[in-house]
Formats: sequence, C-alpha cells, structure tokens
Amino acid sequence: MVNRIVVGAHYGLRDWLAQRITAVVMALYTVVLAVALLVMSPVTYDSWRALFANGPMRVATFVFFICLFYHVWIGVRDIFMDYIKPTGVRLVLHVIVILLMVGYTGWAAQTLWRL
Amino acid sequence: MSDMTMKKRRPKYLNLAEIRLPLPGFVSILHRVSGAVLFLMLPFLLYLFSSSLGSPESFAAYKQVVANPLVKLILLGLLWAYLHHFCAGIRYLFLDLDKGVDLVSARRSAGAVLAVSLPLTLVLGVILLW
Repeated sequence: MVNRIVVGAHYGLRDWLAQRITAVVMALYTVVLAVALLVMSPVTYDSWRALFANGPMRVATFVFFICLFYHVWIGVRDIFMDYIKPTGVRLVLHVIVILLMVGYTGWAAQTLWRL
Repeated sequence: MSDMTMKKRRPKYLNLAEIRLPLPGFVSILHRVSGAVLFLMLPFLLYLFSSSLGSPESFAAYKQVVANPLVKLILLGLLWAYLHHFCAGIRYLFLDLDKGVDLVSARRSAGAVLAVSLPLTLVLGVILLW
C-alpha cells in the first residue's frame, strides 16, 4: 500500500467507504425483505401495501432507496471513468446519472408516502 | 514514476473474444455487468414497485405485466443480476477486510459466489415469480 498523508483531497476514500456502507445497509434490508416475502407468501395487494405502509418498514425502504441511488452513482461513475475518456462526454453522462438519481429518489418517496 | 517506466510501451491485448479470464476475473466482470444492467433497468423496476403499491387497480395491472412470460424471464435475469451483485459484493467486503486474499481462497470464494448465486436465483425465482 502507498503511504500517503490524507489531507485536503479525499483520494476517493469517502466514496469508497460510502459504496461499502450503502452495500451493507442494502444487504441487511434485502435479507429482511426476503424473509418478509417468504413468510407473507402468497402476496395480496392488502398485505403488500400494509408491509410498506408500516412506519419502520416505510422508513427502512426509503433508506434502502437512498443507499441504492448513492451506490449506483458511485458504481456508474466508476464505469464511466474507466471507459469514457473525453471529459465533455463524461461530464454530460455524470450530470444525467445524478439527475436520474435525484428523480428516482422523488419517485420512491412519492410511492412510499402516498400509501 | 521514473522516466523509464513512463516510456515503456506496454502491450495492449483487448480482443474480448480471445480474453480468458481466471475465475475471480470472471466473477469480477459479472459484478460490473450485473451492476450496469440493474442501473439500466431501474426505471422499469421502480415502475413495477410504484404500480404494485399505487391502488388495487394498479396492483392488478402490475400483476398482468408480471404474468407475461417475457417479463418473467427479464425479472429472472434481473434477480440473477441482483443476487450475483449481492454475493460478489459480500466477497469483496471480506477481501477489503484482508480475508481470503491469497490465490487459493480467492479462487475458491469466487467459485462459491457462482455456486450460491445461481441456485439461489432459481429457487427464489420459482418462489417469487411462479
């Protein structure tokens, strides 16, 4: 490992860490949801709606979505950094992904809070 | 970096049809591919989630969409992408913690990712989709 003093610039450490923390949160949520689905099976509209209308589950689901979109942003940005070399094109793609993630967050919030 | 290494011309070998990846490399590129596929399919997945919760009518419409065999196949593919990304991701978390980084265990854990994610896709796919 290279010995660097981390001051000022983050050298990507923050994103690296965020990618992993969001991954752990999503993994835990996934297991909880999978168990809930297997217990609930077969799923009806009422049981499905009740699952997400429940306070803690609604918030946990929203936290999952926030983690998902942040995780997606870091991952997709890494892919663009590897394959898209022209700065202008990369910038445009980055902006598109960020706007998509902001929009998706609104969509997820609307879906959950109109229950 | 010294001048010597800067000037050294490294061979590029990027013929995708010819590249033979070792097992961990194969699992690694699948991690990237599955992530990219999930990203591209996010609008569809969010649409399904939103219509499944909107109202009894939109839930019925959601049921109809999901009953389509082609949609079932796509969802099975996405379930695989999610589970592969999930299992390979857990493997990376352990590698980050310096666990299993030697060649033998890294190969073994890469095999384990496939051995878990593929059957799990079939089992959960049958339970959730059919």
